[in-house]
Amino acid sequence: MSTTITNHNRFHPLKFALWLGIASMIMLFAALTSAYIIRKAQGNWVDFRMPAIFWFDTVVIIISSITMQWTVRAFRRFQVNACKIALTITLLLGIIFLIGQYRGWSAMEEMGIYINGNPSGSFVYVISGVHAAHIVGGLVIMLSLLLKMVTSTFNPNRLVRVELMSTYWHFVDVLWIYLFIFFQINIF
Amino acid sequence: MSDPVINPPLNPVYTGDTTHRQDSTGEIHDHGHHEHHKDNFITKYIFSQDHKMIAKQFLITGMFWALVGGMLSVIFRVQLGFPNQAFPILETIFGKWAPGGIISPDFYYMLITMHGTILVFFVLTAGLSGTFANLLIPLQIGARDMASPFLNMLSYWFFFMASVVMLASFFLPQGASDVGWTAYPPLSAVHEASPGSGAGMDFWLIGMALFIFSSLLGGLNYITTVLNLRTKGMSMSKMPLTIWALLITAVLGLLSFPVLLGAAILLIFDRTIGTSFYLDNIFINGHALPNDGGNAILYQHLFWFLGHPEVYIVILPAFGLVSEVLATNARKPIFGYRAMILSLLAIAIIAFVVWAHHMFVTGLNPFVASVFVFLTLLVAVPSAIKVFNWIATVWQGNIKFAPAMLFAIGFVSMFISGGLTGIFLGNSALDIELHDTYFVVAHFHIVMGISAFFGMFAGVYHWFPKMYGRLMNNTLGYIHFWVTMVGAYMIFWPMHYMGLAGVPRRYYSFDAFQSFNMFGGLNEFITMAAMLVFFAQLLFLINFFYSIFYGRKLTNENPWQSNTLEWTTPIKTGHGNWPGDLPTVYRWPYDYSKNGDEYIPQTTPLREGETGGH
Ligand code: HEM
Ligand SMILES: [Cu+2]
Repeated sequence: MSTTITNHNRFHPLKFALWLGIASMIMLFAALTSAYIIRKAQGNWVDFRMPAIFWFDTVVIIISSITMQWTVRAFRRFQVNACKIALTITLLLGIIFLIGQYRGWSAMEEMGIYINGNPSGSFVYVISGVHAAHIVGGLVIMLSLLLKMVTSTFNPNRLVRVELMSTYWHFVDVLWIYLFIFFQINIF
Repeated sequence: MSDPVINPPLNPVYTGDTTHRQDSTGEIHDHGHHEHHKDNFITKYIFSQDHKMIAKQFLITGMFWALVGGMLSVIFRVQLGFPNQAFPILETIFGKWAPGGIISPDFYYMLITMHGTILVFFVLTAGLSGTFANLLIPLQIGARDMASPFLNMLSYWFFFMASVVMLASFFLPQGASDVGWTAYPPLSAVHEASPGSGAGMDFWLIGMALFIFSSLLGGLNYITTVLNLRTKGMSMSKMPLTIWALLITAVLGLLSFPVLLGAAILLIFDRTIGTSFYLDNIFINGHALPNDGGNAILYQHLFWFLGHPEVYIVILPAFGLVSEVLATNARKPIFGYRAMILSLLAIAIIAFVVWAHHMFVTGLNPFVASVFVFLTLLVAVPSAIKVFNWIATVWQGNIKFAPAMLFAIGFVSMFISGGLTGIFLGNSALDIELHDTYFVVAHFHIVMGISAFFGMFAGVYHWFPKMYGRLMNNTLGYIHFWVTMVGAYMIFWPMHYMGLAGVPRRYYSFDAFQSFNMFGGLNEFITMAAMLVFFAQLLFLINFFYSIFYGRKLTNENPWQSNTLEWTTPIKTGHGNWPGDLPTVYRWPYDYSKNGDEYIPQTTPLREGETGGH
């Protein structure tokens, strides 16, 4: 008997739907970052340096993607405990990321960059805020997934759900990296 | 059942599995023996997950909104047709909004704003796509239901919540939003700018956000279903044009609505936190606002990046419905099936790169404008291909003039008239003269408002038997068609002349302008025509609801002798659609009048020596 669950041979409709959802989220952030570029081209733009904590957050979220991948791997191999631990770590890293974002915004305020000041700062607050909302949504689903894992017996059929979770999580991770690089390049 | 994602994979390939199927809830349903088990009133009619019931929910909610939105236009037309004339009844009904029986300017702006919002988004987007994508996608591709019936149900309930919020906004002390359906800042961004810029605008934004979620959930499902759940033999090149149109519509929505959401998010921050994305140097009631460094034109770019694809989101489903109705009732294959699909795709792609034609007078760089002129005029090519193919389809057909067919033909007429004025407007030099005049109003009402309504009517008359197992009354249908057809031209044709003479749109009254006095009589005429058309729609509503209960019962599951799969289901179609196996498809849907047969359903195997299609 094999010890791993083999993947379905057809693309699962819900996974397909998630990818479509990701396409629409990409459009949302494409719109926001294009608005940034258009507005910046008009001048009256206050330059500032992104607080260092955002670097830290970037590292945190990359690690959380790795632990998310570990979760999926453990699940496929029926390593129930490893799976729970990995998912818990991912969840905690997600929360640390959010705290980091909050600290980043506070640091910006200390620098005198307020949300209702020059649009160069407002854009950073709003775009990273909308991204943080996507993280919160992901964490809520992750928490319910974790609770199910802890409270009920291992159900291999839930693999799809774990995979959906990981796809989404990797997406918000890559999205953050894009936004971070975008801000680094554009603030000046 | 609470969370669809937990459940075991839905099995997309139903073949070989006869009476049992596993749906996305993981339950095994036995369709051969009894209709759904634990259905009670709530799960059957309210929180239904059956795509056919959800379609009816969208349709009836859409009809409610069409009634409200149409009523609003009749009221503001009273002001335009009979300015300063007192109608005491208006004061009785609307109180402070019509003091002395004359509509107040604030009320007028609220009416036109909500009229536009309701008709564009709630009727012609949710009502049209929501109804026909839900009804036809599973039935015409041979699926038991949508990929995720649960998300589908959520899509309706988000729309319902959006509706509640929009409706509630009418009853706010300061009234609903009055800043125009496009919600341009600064009017929409500054609370004190007008009565409806305060709470009315907040409700508008919440309503629209809910509406956007509804469209996105619906769209996800439509696309996934079409691409994953087609029955055996139903290749993409055998799909009815309705399905192609609905698929492409959903893709457009999925890619453009998030951009509107982005614009709305920035607007919400400007309104609540005091950011300056759109605001710069605004003076209001003599004092300056602190906002500095914003750009109102930025909003227009974001809005029209959605706004233009949105008009195609409205019209593409109508294209699909009309193609189907024309071919069936002309008893002829659709002319140029592949060209129809390619032109749909071309229109959808071009739709994303023409948005600035709404902004020719915003100080757009003339070189950039010329690029947008070129791209805009390019749309004429696929549009003309479609019109040519529709005409060629009915040409020398053995035409059955059912009410659905009349509306489909009327659609082609309207689409040509409105499309031609689009070519005027697409030229930036002409648009400087025509922008924000009644010429624009005439253009978009004919090409979008009336055409899409005609497509929707064609769809309702044609698929009513599938929805309710009964037929609608034909005589009422004919009266409805002719009054609407003639009346719509009476309303909107004269507006072209007014627009060419420079009459601006969105003006409460033209008293102060000597030059426009000559249009007084014409405005009166338009208002009368609008009332006539409005009453003709009541006829349709009566016909619709009467026929649900008392219409002539269907005796044959295929009343129009059509080829598509929905007509192979029983008259009373249960949840799961086909009692036994799913049908297998052997040919394209347009084998009408072929080799001596009047029609050959898609489920008929190919004969010896016959090839599968077009
Ligand atoms: C009973 C038939 C209708 C009549 C008499 C009517 C009349 C009007 C008039 C006169 C205006 C211009 C108001 C102004 O500029 O002050 C207008 C605006 C508008 N109408 Fe209609 N309309 C009708 C049906 C529709 C339909 C079917 C749609 C759906 C697409 C629609 C969508 C709009 C939109 C989007 C506006 C623009 C609102 C604005 O710019 O403020 N109308 N309508
Ligand atoms: Cu346009």
